[in-house]
Amino acid sequence: MSQLTDLTARRLAVAVADGQTSAVEATQAYLDAIASRDQAISAYNETFAERAIQQARSIDEARAKGAALGPLAGVPIAIKDNLATTFGRTTCSSKMLADFRAPYTATAVAKLEAAGAVILGKTNMDEFAMGSSTENSALGPTRNPWDTGRVPGGSSGGSAAAVAARLAAAAIGSDTGGSIRQPAAFCGVVGLKPTYGRVSRYGLVAYGSSLDQIGPMTRDVADAALLAGVIAGGDPRDSTCVDQSVPDYLASLETPIDGLRIGRPSEFFSEALDGEIAAAIEQACQVYRSLGATIVDVSLPHSRIDVDAKGQLSSYAVAAYYVVATAEASSNLARYDGVHYGHRTEDKVDDIVALYSRSRGEGFGDEVKRRIMLGTFALSSGYYDAYYNKALKVRRLIKNDFDTALTACDVLLAPVTPTPAFEFGEKTDDPLQMYLADVYTISANLAGLPALAIPAGLSAAGLPIGMQLIGPVFSEETLFRAAAMFEQAANLPDMKPPMIDESS
Amino acid sequence: MSPKIDFDLTRHIGLLSRLELSDDEVQALADHLAHILQYVDKLQELDTDNVEPMAHAVAIHNVLADDVIGQSLTPDAALANAPQRDGDFFKVPKVIGDSQ
Repeated sequence: MSQLTDLTARRLAVAVADGQTSAVEATQAYLDAIASRDQAISAYNETFAERAIQQARSIDEARAKGAALGPLAGVPIAIKDNLATTFGRTTCSSKMLADFRAPYTATAVAKLEAAGAVILGKTNMDEFAMGSSTENSALGPTRNPWDTGRVPGGSSGGSAAAVAARLAAAAIGSDTGGSIRQPAAFCGVVGLKPTYGRVSRYGLVAYGSSLDQIGPMTRDVADAALLAGVIAGGDPRDSTCVDQSVPDYLASLETPIDGLRIGRPSEFFSEALDGEIAAAIEQACQVYRSLGATIVDVSLPHSRIDVDAKGQLSSYAVAAYYVVATAEASSNLARYDGVHYGHRTEDKVDDIVALYSRSRGEGFGDEVKRRIMLGTFALSSGYYDAYYNKALKVRRLIKNDFDTALTACDVLLAPVTPTPAFEFGEKTDDPLQMYLADVYTISANLAGLPALAIPAGLSAAGLPIGMQLIGPVFSEETLFRAAAMFEQAANLPDMKPPMIDESS
Repeated sequence: MSPKIDFDLTRHIGLLSRLELSDDEVQALADHLAHILQYVDKLQELDTDNVEPMAHAVAIHNVLADDVIGQSLTPDAALANAPQRDGDFFKVPKVIGDSQ
């Protein structure tokens, strides 16, 4: 048997169920990998070694007694540190919540545990999920396992790096503007942003409530289908979570889609896109054609990406997003007041407004302050119509484009990022440059559509390249099947970072 | 289109945001906000006169729960993360001044 940490979640679950290995062995293998490699990566904010071994032991005991096992029994999983858990801390990689211990557990995490998953720990992220590189973490950045001089993407950078570096069999992230898909692409893993309302947000620390979704980050498409099936479904504790039955995503996965029509949004293939990424996606179109699919050109005019003479990108979607998301954030983050929980200033202050303002000024990092300020401005008297309302109208135009495009095809094929992973410090001086790292992912959040990022190859420099499939609402099953067709046929290089074999 | 984001307006937004900011922070934020809002002004190129604003991506409807007593947090659980407590209360500095 190959190394336990090289198995996908699905294979590992089968190996545990068949008795080829035990949940304790698998968990210990990951804890050992974390002990030897996470110093170089910093994927985890906190690990739960003792608790994880206990969980694993109870799964092994249940199996020994002949009890029915869940679909993830014995599979060690990492969760992003903005998902509430009654065990350990829930910090959002912020000084504001450095010691916060949640009084309840997020529904998605509870469902994973009910399915037998072993929770290894909480992963690093951009503070409050605001960022695209994990450089905004108050706990220090996570490094990309493919090149530790480069960012893993963000905000779910710790989860992506953990999966890529074999420090977890799979992970859970959250995606408000690309925070699952962009780091998945940078780290060479699979990441799903589900349809808005597919997965309960209960226990997900809110950033942009009309955009946030929790989703899986995995080594292959089958694992994403497996985890999505576990965490999806209605929840009375999230009124925006849609109570619609969850298909058995794995059951249909191996069945190719007959006559698949793939839409290629022409606006996404401009000079804004890195040449190697464009070539990889063109190659993917060839793979699909060889499988009998047809590629049709479609248009998303309001998701257009322009490039000016100085090489500066611009997009209506990014502009609308940074009004809508920050407006929602300014409201959501008002709860951190230094009174009920979270950081409180140690200074003597005279009144309650000073207590709020100083506690928040001390507890939040620069990017969080910037977004709260931007959102507060967009919602403030006199500017509400010009900014917030305008952005909501453009949001509808963006969604209408997708609705139209998706009448001509089953799924859209698009880049995930304009370039492969960038270097530390490359975009930290200019917030706008960082925002533009999400130029291809933001539209799906604004439109509420499911989008699945999968590896599409490696660049000449050996960095992962991703692509994404975007479909109509609740079309996750189609996305998984279409992605599995490519994964089976594409003959991609092994998506395992070289550092792993060098270090072991 | 965009208003002039100067030091004073940024300081005012800081107050509305309940963020205490140093002068250096205000100046840096003024520059960043001006830059970002100039970019956001791109939205004004689009004619949206007959477009309905879209606050949510999927149809949202009211969800009504049965009026039954369920489990809720105990006072100790609710206060467990409080920076300061006084019995079963969150403790804060004096909110109302002594003067009339």
